[in-house]
Amino acid sequence: MTLLEITGSLNVIGYGLGAIGPGIGVGWIFASVISGTARQPEARGAMLSTAWIGFAVVEALALIGVALAFAR
Amino acid sequence: MANPTMGLTLLEGAPSFGVEAFDSQPLFPSAQWQMCHPFEGEAPVECANLPAVWSDVWITNHILMAIIGAALAILFWLIVSHKPKVVPSKRQWAGEYLYNMLRNGIAREIIGEGYQKFVPWLVALFSFIIINNLFGSFFLVMFPTFSVIGFAWGLALLSWLLYNIVGIRQHGFFKYVKHMIVPGDVPGPLLILIIPLEFLSNFIIRPITLGLRLFANLFAGHLLIMIFVVGGSWLLLSSEQIPIYNIAGGLSLAISFGLFALELLVAYLQAYIFTVLTAQYVASAKAETH
Repeated sequence: MTLLEITGSLNVIGYGLGAIGPGIGVGWIFASVISGTARQPEARGAMLSTAWIGFAVVEALALIGVALAFAR
Repeated sequence: MANPTMGLTLLEGAPSFGVEAFDSQPLFPSAQWQMCHPFEGEAPVECANLPAVWSDVWITNHILMAIIGAALAILFWLIVSHKPKVVPSKRQWAGEYLYNMLRNGIAREIIGEGYQKFVPWLVALFSFIIINNLFGSFFLVMFPTFSVIGFAWGLALLSWLLYNIVGIRQHGFFKYVKHMIVPGDVPGPLLILIIPLEFLSNFIIRPITLGLRLFANLFAGHLLIMIFVVGGSWLLLSSEQIPIYNIAGGLSLAISFGLFALELLVAYLQAYIFTVLTAQYVASAKAETH
């Protein structure tokens, strides 16, 4: 008797692996903004606007992974 | 339905759910549509050659949700800006607080000079997205509109058109394209590598990730809630044999409350990020230097 069956493709595991890199990257970006803000609070705005661009670029990899996870 | 291409199948008799659970249904299904999509247990009817009625393809329940969301956004801003006074009432204060956050915190901070033109679009974008996202945690609806990818593509396309048109009007077509794909201070041979990458990044990856980010966050969050609620309630109610399953079911139902709280955060965060990135792209298209 099977209690719980998970169907799907291996792509999803590949996506899980592919999300590691962007996860670390996004964490790193905002960690840098936080420590930068602690050192120089008035530069927060300038750092954040650069961080958003960097965030979008880094997260692009994870998002492309989401799209490819659905490819058959 | 028994074996979705991607999803979870519980023991026989339990509901199976997956990506197909997000299929949109027509608001006013015609007889043809109902024949082609029978209820579970009924035999499907041959329906390949039946013509689709316009109400089957056009007005779906998700389109109705988007329209209601837009109407609610308009209604909210009308209510909070009705009869403004010098000493604001609580209602006016709430509206001003939110508007200030969008106007000063996002538009002025990021776009800089000449930001006033873009404030209405950013405010509309933010309020439309957050209301539609909150539909995901709101009873009666329980479905975030943007977990249907078409809506996310629509908004991403509008933002893409906005920043490209702004850039073209600012610089002229050829100067704008050069501005976007040729960064300054790059030595000659490297340009062979940089130009295709910049083109890909600025004109293709940007709108794709803008739409996908919104879609993927809401879709994944909602699927997670569905797994915990449906799976948890099934374990709690339908599996009598082993007590530990009932305990696990109760536990996953309890966790689903935490996930709902997380979804509220995600709803706000995604609306904020979409607005910030739109402003950011407009700013980079408007900028004089790269």
